[in-house]
Order: sequence, then C-alpha cells, then structure tokens
Amino acid sequence: MMFVPGNNPGMMADAHIYGPDSIMLDLEDSVTMLEKDAARLLVYNALKSIDYGSTEMVVRINPLNTPYGKKDVEAVVKAGVDVIRMPKTETAEEVKELEAEILKVEKEIGREGETRIMAAIESALGVVNAYAIATASKRMMGIALGAEDYSANLKTNRTPGGAELLLAREQIVVAARAAGIACFDTVYSNLDDMESFRKEVELIKTLGFDGKSIINPRQIEIVNEVFTPSEKEINKARAVVAAIREAQAKGSGVISLNGKMVDRPVVIRAERTIALAAAAGVIDKEEML
Amino acid sequence: MRNSKIVSLQEAVRRSGLKDGMTISFHHHFRGGDRVVNMVVDCLAEMGFKDLHLAASSLSDVHAPLIEHIKAGVISRISTSGLRGALADAVSHGLLKEPVVFRSHGGRGSAIAKGELKIDVAFLGASASDELGNACGVPRSDKAKSICGSLGYALPDARYASHVIVLTDDLVPYPNLPAGIRGADVESVVVVDSVGDSSKISAGAIRDSKNPRDILLAKQAAKVIIYSGYFNDGFSIQTGTGGASLAAVKYIREEMISRGIKASFALGGITAHMVKLHEEGLIGKLIDVQSFDKVAAQSIASDTSHIEVSAVEYASGEHSGSATHALDIVILSALEVDTSFNVNVLVGSDGIIRGAIGGHQDTAQDSALSIIVVPLLRGRIPCVVPKLTTLITPGTSVDVVVTEYGIAVNPSRPEIAEKLKEAGLNIVDIKDLAKKAESIIGTPDPLPFGDKVVGIVMNRDGSVLDKIYNIR
Repeated sequence: MMFVPGNNPGMMADAHIYGPDSIMLDLEDSVTMLEKDAARLLVYNALKSIDYGSTEMVVRINPLNTPYGKKDVEAVVKAGVDVIRMPKTETAEEVKELEAEILKVEKEIGREGETRIMAAIESALGVVNAYAIATASKRMMGIALGAEDYSANLKTNRTPGGAELLLAREQIVVAARAAGIACFDTVYSNLDDMESFRKEVELIKTLGFDGKSIINPRQIEIVNEVFTPSEKEINKARAVVAAIREAQAKGSGVISLNGKMVDRPVVIRAERTIALAAAAGVIDKEEML
Repeated sequence: MRNSKIVSLQEAVRRSGLKDGMTISFHHHFRGGDRVVNMVVDCLAEMGFKDLHLAASSLSDVHAPLIEHIKAGVISRISTSGLRGALADAVSHGLLKEPVVFRSHGGRGSAIAKGELKIDVAFLGASASDELGNACGVPRSDKAKSICGSLGYALPDARYASHVIVLTDDLVPYPNLPAGIRGADVESVVVVDSVGDSSKISAGAIRDSKNPRDILLAKQAAKVIIYSGYFNDGFSIQTGTGGASLAAVKYIREEMISRGIKASFALGGITAHMVKLHEEGLIGKLIDVQSFDKVAAQSIASDTSHIEVSAVEYASGEHSGSATHALDIVILSALEVDTSFNVNVLVGSDGIIRGAIGGHQDTAQDSALSIIVVPLLRGRIPCVVPKLTTLITPGTSVDVVVTEYGIAVNPSRPEIAEKLKEAGLNIVDIKDLAKKAESIIGTPDPLPFGDKVVGIVMNRDGSVLDKIYNIR
C-alpha cells in the first residue's frame, strides 16, 4: 500500500504505474490545515477521472472529530473509493460512527455497502482494543499499525530493530487473524537505507503481516521480493496440494508426502503460498483452484 | 623554438585573414563550463568584426552573452546542434534575422567534410597544446588547468577549416603526442588563462536519477534490450544522457554479468557508467566522440582502449567507416514522440528551443535497434502526441518507444514486438499512448507561433527536415 499525499496532483496522476497493490491517497497528516479543502477536491477528482486499473484505492481521511472528517467521507464515498482508512482509531465506537457516516452518504447516492473500512491503530489504547476495532464493522477489511504516533504515545522512540513495536505488531496480527481480516505494517521512511528496509519487511512477514505500507515507489520491488514465494517454496506447496488432491480422490484420510505426515495447517500454508505466488504474478492464477 | 606558433589572440585573428561575413567555428566539449566562445567573440567584437557566421558544434546556457553580440551585429548567423537557456529563448522569439541551422553531430561532420559548411577560422580550446599546435583535451603536465577528454567534435574543424587557432590553458613542451588535433593542421596557438571549467562538463544535460519514474523507465528499457534479440555476446551499445537511459545501464550490467555476455564496444558520449563497465571487462572498447563527465575524460587520458574519434568517424551517414554503422543498440531520449514514431528533441512543448539534435538522427538511423525512452507525461505536458512541435528524427529510424504506461514497437519491426510480447512486456499501440496522455491532460491549446522562420532542421544527409517558427 503506497502512501501518496492528497495535495500532489503529479504524484496522484501516475502512482499506479509502479504497480503497488493499493494506493492510499492521504488527506490527513501530509496535508496542512490550509490545504485540506483543496486536497479533498483533488482526491475526489483523481478518483473520478484517473484510470487506476485494478489497483485498490484507499483514502486516509481526517478524524471525524475534526472539521474535515465528515466532509472527507462525503467526498470520497461519492467518488467511489474502495476503502476509507480511519486514522488514530482507538475504540470500536469510533468505527461504528464512521460506518454510520459512510452509510448516510451511500444511501444518498444509492451505493449501499460498497465502501470498506481500514482502521489505523496508532496508540496504546488502540492496540489494547485491536480485536474490538477489528470486529466493529462488517466493512472492516483490515487494520494497520501507525508507528510514529504509537511510539510517541508509548513515550519511546523508533529504533532500527523496532523492539518498541513488537507487542503492537503481534497484537495487530493476532487481532486481524482472530477477526478474519487483513493486517498491514507501518511505513519505513529512510529511503537511503534499503537494506534496513528489507530487514524490516522480512521481520513483518515473519510476524504474519499481509503487507507493508510504503512511501516511495522504490520500496515496491523489495516488498514484492520478500513477499513473493521462492521457486522452492512454490514447488513444495504444489507437491502438498497435489498430494492432498490425490488422497481426497482415493478417499484416504491420512496423507503423507516424502514420508512426512501432512496435516491441515501444512495444507493451509501451501494454499496460501500458491495464492501469494499467483498474486505476485509468478505463477498462473488458474493454479489457485 | 623555431617556427613557434604562439601569438596573442588578436594577432592570431589578424593572421587568420578573418573578414566580416566569414564563418568561425567552436567545439562544445566544455559544455556548461566553456569559456572559449565568449572570450573569442568578445575579442572579435572589440576588433570591430561584423556579420560573422558562428558555427559551433553546440551552444548552451553559458553562451547567453552572444545575445548582445547579435544585437550589435557582430554575429548574424548561427549553425549548431543545439541551443539552450537565454540565447535559445531569444532566438525563439526572433532575435536573429537569419534562421539558425541545426545539424546532428554526424550531419555537421559530413557538412564540413563535403564543404557544405565551410569554416574560415576555427577557434579550438584544448587542455594541452605544444607550440606547434599538437593539442588534446586531457592534461599533459602538473600545471594542467582543465580536462574535457575527447575533442571529437573539434576534429573535423581542425582538419577542414581554412585556418585553425588552438587556444590552450596549458602550454607543454613539444611533442604533445599523441594528440587529436595535429600541429600540421594548426596555424596559431594562443595561451589563455582558462579554456573552460571542467567541473561543469557534466552539468546541464546529465542527471543521475533516484526519480522513481526514471527508474521504472530504465528497467523497461533494459528489458527491451535484453529480450530484443540483439543482446548477445559481442553486442554494441550507445546511451544518451537522460536520467533513465543512464539508469538503464545499471540494469543491463547486472544482466550481462548474470548471462556472461560482454559488449564489443560502447559508443558516443561516454559516461562514468560506461567507463565502469569497461574497467570491469564488460565492454571491450570505448569509442568516444565526447566525454560526458570527468571520469570519462580521465579514462581517455590513460586507457588505450578508450579511443577518441571525430564526429565524422562517429556518426557521419556518408563516411563508410563511421562507428554508428556498426552500432547494435542505442537508447535515446525525447521531448516528444508522435504516433508515427517521429521524434522531437529540440523544441519544447512551449515552442521554445531547449535542446540539441546531438547524435539522435545519426544513431537512430544507423543502429540495428533504436529505443526512445520518454515519460508519457512531464507534469502537465504530454510527450506522446498526435503531432510533433518540430520533426528532428524521422519515425522510420525509430524502433521502440518506452513509456511508463507501456512499450510501443514500430509496426515496421513486428519481429521485435513478438519477442517483447513473449517476454511478458506490456506492448501497446502508440496511438493508445497518445490517447492515454490526452485523457489525463486534455488537448493543449495550439502554440502561438509567428510566421518568421527562426530555425531550420537539417537531416544528417544535408536535406531540410523541418522549419522552426518564432514564438510570440
């Protein structure tokens, strides 16, 4: 998910050419108070007029308790955004408030239930309430960590290893999995240190995140490299899936592959590997069936 | 020394027999750091000359002082490969009575060799010269003040001009050999404080990019090369100076290493990137008409397989031995491309001259595979358009156009399109690219051109390709 400032038409016009899975047009922190209205108009027109292809479009709105939040919701829902990202989410009630606001606008335009929600968790209270937030709405498609505000709230600093974020990251992954939705990690802002960026992406993949937030197209390749299964992993997954299909065909309950027992979690992991490989375009999508 | 040719600049001019209305010439190897053109024209103005034809290999921002000399009648005509900055702006608004004649580097070499561009007096800056005029662009003593590397664009002038004056900021003892400019061709040597600021030879046109769009374009261009069918052991390559074409070299290098492929030569403006590949053993020879940065200039000074060639040997269409005839792949940039693959590299979308033909026409026509790398959009300017502002390189010479929205292959090269499709590249119709640009930006208002011709674009064979009108 690539962050693009909502007040930069040049960047908005062609953010999709770099091939991010989703683009988040930002009306919140990257836009100054003086430009809030102009940015909202720009984002509205970008969503209405630019052909972003199959890229999922997200807009980060201002919090509903600011003078801009509700106007943001109205504009982006009317423009047909896929997902509204709610910043600094701390409670399930806030999510419900946003949901009501979205529904109001959707009813006006006859597009009920189309707009989904992503909640950014950026405080200790938000982390504590992660599961409640994740399950607060049927529209909730994922939760994401916002590390800058979170570490300030914890009264600590960002460090290269990210020790200060460990609990929040794990809590968010666990909450998302328990709720059956997606989870996304925070941004990494030093563009001159691609090696540390890669390490961070490897770490969050290991923790279980579905993806990484990025601030520059140059980061896309590394995220894709880390998240795309290797040929060896794909072949292993194929073997597992083939074995289970063969066993099912024979009506056999117990499956073994190369002398090892293949149980349910192994099959789930193999299917996920194939899905990821297909999403990354390294194998044919047909294989997912 | 007997027969020393050292004189003052004024004396050299007097001895040359220069008269009003004659043609003087210069090279642009110091690019933005050039001091020779302004110094010599100041001197000629002081001596009272009028109505001169200035035939430079190229002119840039640093030559803005020529505006006053044109207004005063010292210079009345210009021939060049390119114009940039305030001078270009003034010319576009109708400063000169006669149109500027634009030629490619190879075209200029041919025109000089054939006598179509007859040079009366050549003023050629050099980083080292001896008293007899053996001169070069590399340092030959501890006291050297400048370095520009190859003097390729000056060599036709040195050979064919009626009278040759070398200006140098480092006089060294005879013999300053080997030297591109040979004493036998030189009439006078003038010692000056400085011929140019070497730190500026890579300023202006060349950018090393972290821009994600440039990187995306570079990767696509590299893939086009890799899957084109021309990426084989012993291939040859030339790259332009745009950010994307320099960045493409990086990706080509990685692929050369992984496939164990080596290039026989790299041609043209040579950059530090190419020198690196050469030093790593990935490129056999560097054929250098112009050193694009200090690293390249230093390399030609010390490396015998880094070779200086004249503009004629580089890219003349008519010279049977010119290097472009042996060139496999060239990556070029563009200001605009139209839906017939015609390219403009000279006149901006605002109608103002802001570039140079350089070797564009020459390499596009002669190479086996010419690739134009151009963003579909530069801010609010569409770069793939239904109709060009000015025609510089005919579409018949262009094979592939790489944009961030897809790759268009000239319908005359279906076999390349086939190979690139097989490799999974996003091959699109160039008309769809133009439509895409229009859908994002809209149709720009027509430019407010006047009816005065301010520039004539020559093809490399000496025919006229297009006219540039004044902008109001």
